[in-house]
Amino acid sequence: MGNRSDTISIDVAPVEIAQRRHAPLPENREVVFDVQDLGVRYGATTAVSGVDFDIYRNMITAVIGPSGCGKSTFIRCLNRMNDLVPGAQVDGKILYHGEDLYGSGVDPVEVRRRIGMVFQRPNPFPKSIYDNVAWGPRVLGMRKDLDERVERALRGAALWEEVKDRLKRSALSLSGGQQQRLCIARAIAIEPEVLLLDEPASALDPIATTSIEELMHGLKRDFTLVIVTHNMQQAARVADMTAFFSLEVGEGRRTGVLVEYDATEKIFTNPSDQRTEDYVTGRFG
Amino acid sequence: MVTGAGARLRAVYVACAMAAVPTTTPTTAPLRSGRRRIGDRVGDGALRTITALAALAVVVLLGAIVYKILHLAHSAWSTYGLHFVTAKTWDPVHKAFGALPFIYGTAISSLIALLISAPLAIGIALYLTELAPKGVRGVVGSLIEMLAAIPSVVLGLWGILVLGPFLANHLEPWLHRKLGFIGIFGAPEATGTGLFTAGLILTIMVVPIVASICRELFMQVPADLEEGALALGTTRWEMIRGVTLPATRSGIAAALILGLGRALGEAIAVTQVIGGGTRITNNVFGPGDTLASKIAASYQGAASSLEQSSLLYLGALLLIIGLVVNLVAQVIVRRFDPLREAR
Repeated sequence: MGNRSDTISIDVAPVEIAQRRHAPLPENREVVFDVQDLGVRYGATTAVSGVDFDIYRNMITAVIGPSGCGKSTFIRCLNRMNDLVPGAQVDGKILYHGEDLYGSGVDPVEVRRRIGMVFQRPNPFPKSIYDNVAWGPRVLGMRKDLDERVERALRGAALWEEVKDRLKRSALSLSGGQQQRLCIARAIAIEPEVLLLDEPASALDPIATTSIEELMHGLKRDFTLVIVTHNMQQAARVADMTAFFSLEVGEGRRTGVLVEYDATEKIFTNPSDQRTEDYVTGRFG
Repeated sequence: MVTGAGARLRAVYVACAMAAVPTTTPTTAPLRSGRRRIGDRVGDGALRTITALAALAVVVLLGAIVYKILHLAHSAWSTYGLHFVTAKTWDPVHKAFGALPFIYGTAISSLIALLISAPLAIGIALYLTELAPKGVRGVVGSLIEMLAAIPSVVLGLWGILVLGPFLANHLEPWLHRKLGFIGIFGAPEATGTGLFTAGLILTIMVVPIVASICRELFMQVPADLEEGALALGTTRWEMIRGVTLPATRSGIAAALILGLGRALGEAIAVTQVIGGGTRITNNVFGPGDTLASKIAASYQGAASSLEQSSLLYLGALLLIIGLVVNLVAQVIVRRFDPLREAR
């Protein structure tokens, strides 16, 4: 983890440096995911192919792109949720701290224990608010100081003040935004390293969306976040790094590909790929 | 939702009517009912009458059956009153009748069926919805349903010819040897007929019912919930125990109670394998009778009108038990559904 940004000098490859000026962050960051030539097929259909980029620690990485470009498919590879889809086949490699997530002997249950996920639709369990957060730690054997753990998780998800007096009430009595924050609390209660958020605000109203976005800024300190969103403004507001996925149409097939990956500011102000520019300026998608 | 849709529909009507007023187009006419064809109106009325009659027929039939049973059981009721329920003897020769041996037999055989079929049926349903490969699901699923299609009299014959002898020669002596000290596994009957055999035959009848209802229940658990559990790094079993089963527990209870209702009311197959007996014994291998099997076995040959009336009294008790069981199942489903608020 040497501070390599200092060693870049202006007189070498000026064009490249100019592009990097807006993105000095990644240079001194630890790589959490090293995605190498990743592809996903469902039966004969290729959903995504040739995805290749690094995801850095304690940053928010957004994955944006038009519908059907394989954003969700991609993020679900990061904690092996695609294992649950019958017929899904993953090619290429995802190195998580250097270890291949799809290598032999890797236990997907252990992977998901370290890499948590929050889904598009809030999906609290039909249990009490307390039990929603406490269930994961309980099952995983983290029973010590459970009350403190639950409180910490709920505070971390900025929900504690709203629910502290009704922890025994059903989680289904909460509003949609509260339910989603409860799902975030549930995910961070087991202290994962990474939090994957698959369009976490797309089913929420603007106020609830704002609170989720503010929450993400706070969570960055303790977790590495990857968020899939179809909402470009949301990516621009919350993400440090942004990956733009698009659809490549050929031979009657549509395959999701990674077009460009860079600092968010660069993606939105000065993208290097024409397709990215078309998308972020609203000419396409 | 319904009122919202109604209001919206009304608003559309009003908008149509108002739009029609200033213009001279002839669109006002269709809003008046006079324009509807006579045939349509008659058809509507006839449909309502016929369907209402069909619904009414069910109520009348239920009432008539209940009335007739109570009426015919009246002489036994006036002879024994409620004491009939707790009387232990059934002796046609001395005209002493009591229901307790049959209530006991019904309870024990149904309990055996319930205890064995509950884990079996839930296991089958979990396997078919959560664990089995796609191809297996359909095939095994249909086979389970077909188990329910075996006529009970055929199942009873199988019980006499195959299951009974097997139990008498192998399972029952073994249980008697190993677990006889508990007291309920007494000396087996040589024929293999008895409460235990009846319980097993009932199990075969109850499993398909409970399994297919549970399968529906597990399929209704939102995939979101199960993914949410797995995303926390839990195993399939932890997910099933922590999310799937709790979310469906009221439905499972109701399914078991429905299965229980089937077991309580089954007559023919039980009559064939239960051995027939009026003694209350704690040996589950011993012979006995249930309310239903006693009625099926003895009604044709009833020696006196009091015996006949007593058999109908048994029938009335069975009816009441059946209604209560059904009611309990309905209450459980309505009151204790944890997913209810999500819907």
